[in-house]
Amino acid sequence: MVSEFVGPLGVVIGVLVRFWPVWIALAVVLALSFTYKKRLGLYGQLFDSYVGIAGVVICLFWLFTAIFASTIAPFNPLEQIVVMKDVLPGAIEPASHKVFLFGGDKLARDVFSRMVYGSQIVLIIAPAATGFALMVGITLGLPAGYYGGKIDTVLSFLANLVLAFPVILLFYLLVTPGIMDTPIPYGMAGLFFIFPIIFFCVLFWTRYKNRPDRLYILLGLTILIGGWVYVGLVFDKDPLKIVHIDPNQLNIFVAVVFASSPGVFRIVRGLTMDIKTRDYVAAAQTRGETPWYIMLWEILPNARGPLIVDTCLRIGYTTILLGTLGYFGLGLAPESPDWGTAIKDASRLLRQTIHPALPPTIALMSFVLGLNLLADSLREQSLKD
Amino acid sequence: MLFFILRRLGTMVLTMVCLTLVVFFLVNLEPNLKKLAISQTEMHTSAEQLEQWLVNHGYRQNFFVRYGQWLGIVKKQPIINPETGKAEQRFSFCNDPVEPVYSGVLEGDFGCSTKFKTTAAKRLFPALGATGILMFWVLVVMIPISLLIGILAGMREGSRTDRVLSVASIATTATPEYVSGVIFTVIFASWLGWLNGSAASTSQGITFYNFTLPVMTLAIYGIGYIARMTRASMVEVMTQQYIRTARLKGLSFSAVVIKHALRNALIAPFTVIMLQFPWLLTGVVIVEVMFRYQGFGYILVEAAGNNDIDLLLGCSLASVFIVLITQLISDVGYAYLNPRIRVQ
Repeated sequence: MVSEFVGPLGVVIGVLVRFWPVWIALAVVLALSFTYKKRLGLYGQLFDSYVGIAGVVICLFWLFTAIFASTIAPFNPLEQIVVMKDVLPGAIEPASHKVFLFGGDKLARDVFSRMVYGSQIVLIIAPAATGFALMVGITLGLPAGYYGGKIDTVLSFLANLVLAFPVILLFYLLVTPGIMDTPIPYGMAGLFFIFPIIFFCVLFWTRYKNRPDRLYILLGLTILIGGWVYVGLVFDKDPLKIVHIDPNQLNIFVAVVFASSPGVFRIVRGLTMDIKTRDYVAAAQTRGETPWYIMLWEILPNARGPLIVDTCLRIGYTTILLGTLGYFGLGLAPESPDWGTAIKDASRLLRQTIHPALPPTIALMSFVLGLNLLADSLREQSLKD
Repeated sequence: MLFFILRRLGTMVLTMVCLTLVVFFLVNLEPNLKKLAISQTEMHTSAEQLEQWLVNHGYRQNFFVRYGQWLGIVKKQPIINPETGKAEQRFSFCNDPVEPVYSGVLEGDFGCSTKFKTTAAKRLFPALGATGILMFWVLVVMIPISLLIGILAGMREGSRTDRVLSVASIATTATPEYVSGVIFTVIFASWLGWLNGSAASTSQGITFYNFTLPVMTLAIYGIGYIARMTRASMVEVMTQQYIRTARLKGLSFSAVVIKHALRNALIAPFTVIMLQFPWLLTGVVIVEVMFRYQGFGYILVEAAGNNDIDLLLGCSLASVFIVLITQLISDVGYAYLNPRIRVQ
């Protein structure tokens, strides 16, 4: 049994001390941001309101926590120290004399370390999945809104089809262990991951097609880097062994991209339909620009405001989706330290112990709250202009 | 208008056919069928016996034939035992036809639930009823609160009330059900002991004690979203010319808000509330699992976890139907409430 404890004050101080790399990084970034506020454009304007500052601080806090996780966490998130089973917050581990700041869970792991490492999983998958969803949504939404007609009808029907699925059913069907034996996740990954390559190729081609010196360099780089990542992610055959993803993580990733790209598609389509009636689009058409040049270099930059706001909200929503997956034990490994899985494990035992449940719930809530505050403040700023 | 509704209904049917086809394909993937066969047979069954089980139970027929049978546009054939030459029942708990008949969803036959050992319809409809009760109370709580918050916040844009309420509604949209459920259980069940952390006892009767936590958890996520939409709509209405005219006529602020602004500001939230249903469905699944409430979400999770093909198909059909019908109501209702919009 563990007999030594530090008091509540000790826990608070201990937590604050453990986060030291985050405080330093935050202080540096905030000091720089305040100093050069005027020159930082939209990002600088965020610091004009308390809501914006709160959003930036919370998001940066979790970003730095994920980056410095191995320094902050006192224990390995998977390490089980038998005497520490279900210990209350503040218990001192007898062997190393380090403190279980938020106590131990039912498998005798440090709740604090698991929360810190959990941020890594969330902060890698959520923004990356949102990025891919954005690419898919933009590449399909622009032509649907610009051309209208048959393309629009077909693509909108498909988007509505996916949106009519309750997310949870979609996940149960797409993220079962059995599905990894079939080619479906790899096929979908192959389909989704090709969109960024197409997007950047078309982007550079439309802009620089009369300047071969630049065009070939950019296209070559896109295909080289894109192809490398593509081979690594979809076929897991990266020749350099740097890009690698577990099959079950790939499955989650694909399911999340699949669930959130129709939303992006709808927004991009709506924005495109609105913007294509503007004068500068008509001017570009009169100049004889190609449709894809107009979509990517005239319409897309002018749709960036709402898109940035939506991206912020969508990263938060993706975090919630990841939590849902963890909560239902889908896809992620059962010992994975991500917040959703931790909430699932803890919520089953709420009658006996409370303390393992609170850190992951508050972590998830605060991160999503930070993103929502950021989005709200960005929206306010873009309305001001 | 009638043509619009008919066209929408047509799209709806097409969507439902496509979606059920996709679900049918996914639940009939080879690994899923294997899993079903393993769970339905004795332990240590050989691969040939598993295969034989799948053949005997009709899972090896042509994919489209089976889909047609499920839908009820292809006749279901009786399964003849080659030894006796008589029609045989696949499962003891539900009846298979003795002669070829159309017996699918269109005829009201939802098939057999392999998990609950009964017909799918017998599980599905009571569960939908139970979820209906939950949904009803959620809406009763959610709509008045969210509209009130939205109106109070949007009435005077930029005021202290507005800022406080806005941040509060952002905070609730950042709290998914599995987070708020845990937090509420900790506060109200573990610490204060006011409420029951499990809704399993609702089968004996719904009381304030065992039903409040699920309703509260489910409502809180929607409240923030609807309140924000109401606020945006209210802010827009309050800048209109007719509101200024009403104020200049000398009407009091409360009279302006209640008589002139409210009616116009509530059109947009109506659409939003209707479009909340798909989200509520996901929330229902989480809340029912968390609080052990035997409703639609509970059987969906059980069906999906055990690859109970017919029940899962029934669940998807029901949920897709709810989503699409609420979308239709929202579109038609919007056109009806806002005379400026005329549906083409």
